[in-house]
Amino acid sequence: MAGSEVLINAESLTKKYGDFVAVDNIDFQVYKGECCGFLGPNGAGKTTAIKTIHCVLPLTSGKLTVAGMNVSEKPREIKKMIGVTPQEDNLDPDFSVITNLLVYARYFDIQKAEALKRAEALLKFFQLDGKKDVIIDELSTGMKRRLILARALVNEPKILLLDEPTTGLDPQARHLIWDKIRDLRKQGVTIILTTHYMDEAAELCDRTLIMDNGKIIEEGKPSELVKKHIGEEVLEVDYDEKVMKTLQEEFPEARLEVLGDRIRVFTIQPHGVFETFLRDFPSKGATIRNANLEDVFLKLTGRQLKE
Amino acid sequence: MKVAEIASLFKLPELTYRVWKVWQRDFDVFMKTWKVNFFPPLLEPIFYLVAMGYGLGSFVQPIEGLPYIQFIAPALISISIMYSSFFECTYGSFVRMYFQKTFDAIIATPISIEEVIAGELLWGATRSIISSTIVLAVVAAFGLISNPLFILIPLVAFLGGLMFSSMAMVFTSLAPNIDFFNYPGFLFITPMFLLSGTFFPLTSLPPFMQVFAKAFLPLTHVVDLSRGLIIGNLESSLLISLVWIATVTPIFFVLSINMMKRKLIK
Repeated sequence: MAGSEVLINAESLTKKYGDFVAVDNIDFQVYKGECCGFLGPNGAGKTTAIKTIHCVLPLTSGKLTVAGMNVSEKPREIKKMIGVTPQEDNLDPDFSVITNLLVYARYFDIQKAEALKRAEALLKFFQLDGKKDVIIDELSTGMKRRLILARALVNEPKILLLDEPTTGLDPQARHLIWDKIRDLRKQGVTIILTTHYMDEAAELCDRTLIMDNGKIIEEGKPSELVKKHIGEEVLEVDYDEKVMKTLQEEFPEARLEVLGDRIRVFTIQPHGVFETFLRDFPSKGATIRNANLEDVFLKLTGRQLKE
Repeated sequence: MKVAEIASLFKLPELTYRVWKVWQRDFDVFMKTWKVNFFPPLLEPIFYLVAMGYGLGSFVQPIEGLPYIQFIAPALISISIMYSSFFECTYGSFVRMYFQKTFDAIIATPISIEEVIAGELLWGATRSIISSTIVLAVVAAFGLISNPLFILIPLVAFLGGLMFSSMAMVFTSLAPNIDFFNYPGFLFITPMFLLSGTFFPLTSLPPFMQVFAKAFLPLTHVVDLSRGLIIGNLESSLLISLVWIATVTPIFFVLSINMMKRKLIK
């Protein structure tokens, strides 16, 4: 489980592309053995932050260390201990499934016999052993994502950087990948995960950092963030002026959000208040649901499109 | 551009044995489809030797004491050196870099971007050795080799191949898209193909064009060296060609690595 030993430490980390500030003077720590989520809208700076950690993007300013080593001084040593699944598929289309793993292992100086042993085991672990000699183009999206994850593990990394590992996958494939990520965390691998799926973050992450416009705007355990910003429950009802008025009177401290033809009521009051309310004022289309990380995300980063 | 920026383009890259891991990747892919890869360098020189050597050659007087077919044989070897490395490090490298994201995948491992590019350049030079050796075999089969110095041709292929790879990689670093390579193809490769003492002696050109060819068309020097070795005519001008290639190659080698790094690592 997550300890208190800092494995990755960023101080005043800044990355600019020309005049555009992608990562704006951020500080963060990642602790050994935890699964840490980087959340944020497109363009928030998550991928840029990840790329600085695995030493493929130089910093503009600030300091970043991984396992005590400075990224600008020891990129090879750091990259040796990291496994990466990039957002874009960059499997080698010139090779078969197993050769992809073997050639990748060779980049890490892993001996051929050992590489073969690891490759076979990884293909089994990701249920790809039947596709060993298949060419990359013939794999489904889900298989490709699994192979990318398998490839990231070929050097037995201590840190795993997962940049949107389940984007575009069907629920079956997502759950399979989630299982594997949980397995790896149990084995003590430190994981950094970016995702747009808040249920995924809530499911997998011990801690999340929410980024917007290159800055970290909030951090904490998913459940604590929900409690802090949203409360326990959310009431949704169909929009009606009368209902709106009643809600405003009944929950003066609550945040009311009108989206399309629905009203959402966010309150920090304890569990059960909405049930009591609905008993007295039955409203059309009313549902009470648990507050979730997506509510937090939308509250903090806003509803307008970011691009 | 500031002085410091220009200087940074000529900074010596730090390279380790890992360069060979990139080379090996390209070699493995090549060997997977070796039959297809061996065909063009085998057939093309046969067509040229028959059509131009026998066909056109029967109307041409001996050049510098050589029958026409013997005159063009070393040129065919040189052209294969140029084509294979130049196209490998323009179209080939661009596809790996841009469409396949192969470079991105490799630099996530302990291999640096400088080593990726150096590996590509060495692979380009290797392709020149492979192609020109096949052409050499064809030329030998036509009975056109009269001197044991031909054994040094692979060395010329490596040097010339590295030079054309490096030049090609500079174009790749400037290419916004793959169609861009039509420019160096028509403005650089085709003139060299025709005007580098390949199918007629350089001395047939007006004097200013002779100077231009020697100064700016690298193939001229590769043709000089190949012809000298194949017919065993070692003149002092060969030394000039060797020095020319040996000077230009390291400059473009370093320049292309730094320009690619600048393109890929923002």
